Amino acid sequence: MKDVAFGQYYPATSFVHKMDARMKILAVIAYIVAVFIVKQFQFMGFALCLLFVLVATAFAKVPFLRVLKSIKAILFLIILSGILQLFFNTSGKVIFEWQFIKITDVGLLNAGFIIARISLVVLGASLLTLTTSPVELADGIESLLYPLKFIKFPVHEFALIMSIALRFIPTLLEETDRIIKAQKARGADFESGNIFKKIKSLIPILIPLLISSFRRADELADAMDARCYSGSKNRTRYKKLTFTFRDLIGFLAVAGLITGIVFLNISGFLAVVL
Amino acid sequence: MPLINLENVSFSYDNNIDVIKNVSLSIFEGEYIAVIGHNGSGKSTLAKLFNGLIKAQKGKVVVDGFDCADKKQVFEVRKRVGVVFQNPDNQLIASIVEDDIAFGPENLGVKRQEIGKRIDFALSAVGMQKFRKSSPSRLSGGQKQRIAIAGVLALNPKVLVLDESTAMLDPQGRNEVLEVAKKLNKEQKTTIINITHYMDEVVNADRVLVLNKGEVVLSGTPKEIFAKKDKIRSLGLELPVSTVIADELKQNGIDLNSEVLTENDLVSSLIGWSEGLCK
Repeated sequence: MKDVAFGQYYPATSFVHKMDARMKILAVIAYIVAVFIVKQFQFMGFALCLLFVLVATAFAKVPFLRVLKSIKAILFLIILSGILQLFFNTSGKVIFEWQFIKITDVGLLNAGFIIARISLVVLGASLLTLTTSPVELADGIESLLYPLKFIKFPVHEFALIMSIALRFIPTLLEETDRIIKAQKARGADFESGNIFKKIKSLIPILIPLLISSFRRADELADAMDARCYSGSKNRTRYKKLTFTFRDLIGFLAVAGLITGIVFLNISGFLAVVL
Repeated sequence: MPLINLENVSFSYDNNIDVIKNVSLSIFEGEYIAVIGHNGSGKSTLAKLFNGLIKAQKGKVVVDGFDCADKKQVFEVRKRVGVVFQNPDNQLIASIVEDDIAFGPENLGVKRQEIGKRIDFALSAVGMQKFRKSSPSRLSGGQKQRIAIAGVLALNPKVLVLDESTAMLDPQGRNEVLEVAKKLNKEQKTTIINITHYMDEVVNADRVLVLNKGEVVLSGTPKEIFAKKDKIRSLGLELPVSTVIADELKQNGIDLNSEVLTENDLVSSLIGWSEGLCK
């Protein structure tokens, strides 16, 4: 339960850690766009994205295994989308046939393509949460969303809700673990039965978790009140976000990545045309 | 002038049963006060009254000249009275220690450099300088609670209220927190109000308040309080372990002359007794 890397900050002092959170958020968005504009079966583009992640990881001084772990959390989703592509894509040449199952070369390529795409997106996104503390992240989002204030969007509250949610991920995971053990000790069975039975067996976990979350929320509200919280009015910031040369380098790197991918897409296109 | 003054204060959550009944008490600057009482005696409610988290239906709570019931003054009250609650996990707002400690001063609109200084001060006061950049989820219970105390200290409070802050900690964590409280009381002259049900935490206090069904039934120095053994027991409270041992010894004919509250008392009075035997 505890090895869920997604959303967990990896404390270190590195080039990437010191980058402005706003730049990192924008860079990740740009990176995700880059992953998505890679043209179908243009695996070179993915190689470029992977290279980008690897270099960024090296600069962030985060062990690559930690980054890889983030995939674990959504492994099921990745495999499922791969399988769906594999079995339900019927175009192209059939390379394997057994009863009603037909696997085609296009299906295989598609599956690989989808898996690579999702994995790369998750790798990049987790690098953001690994190198940016939730508070910085929230500050960054708050700062980026600042223009929305003029249409009365509660930017500060939104950012605070997010940072608290991130702060409580490990706490709630521990709690879930404890409840599961407590229910098992009382003879609850989470393993056997069909899928509906399994889903039903989650109820004795979810209800205590929900109730305790409300209690926690209540206590947290008291603790925040006790520390003079009164909304965004007259509030100062301890951490200031500032653009530095690091952010310029980050910007150039992402710009380079997108240019590279666009170039690959066009050159692939040209190769077909010419 | 008392720092905290309660005048005929009553409070109920549902206008039915008074959780706090007509309580009047004064707490002075620099005092170390212990509040004891069994479950449901109104201890935690009292803590929330001290800093205006709840408002008394009857009576008046005044802190350093500011009225807790006045919405405009309540922040002045909260600046002066910091409360640390039971569960450290439910009080830490941020995922990095220094960010969490900065939360209070940020709310007050303190300037950036000053916040940095306050973080330094608060962390050194609780002896956690090394953990400035760590994540609270990796700390022990006692360490987390010390961070929670630091978060409150960053507001520069005059009073630190520990609302059963040691109840969820192991003995080592309890000691860590109590040591911090004692040190603050001695060095910074911070007024400490320790709300607890561990009798061993009470013996070092300057003054003890015993709560029962929302009323202050006993008040005095630890020696005075624990001398009324039958009364304490009838309130569903226990005596400190050393006092109980000394009592048993006395009943079995070992003549200990002095009042015993702590382990040290017990040891020294036993030494005195054995020296008496040798003569």
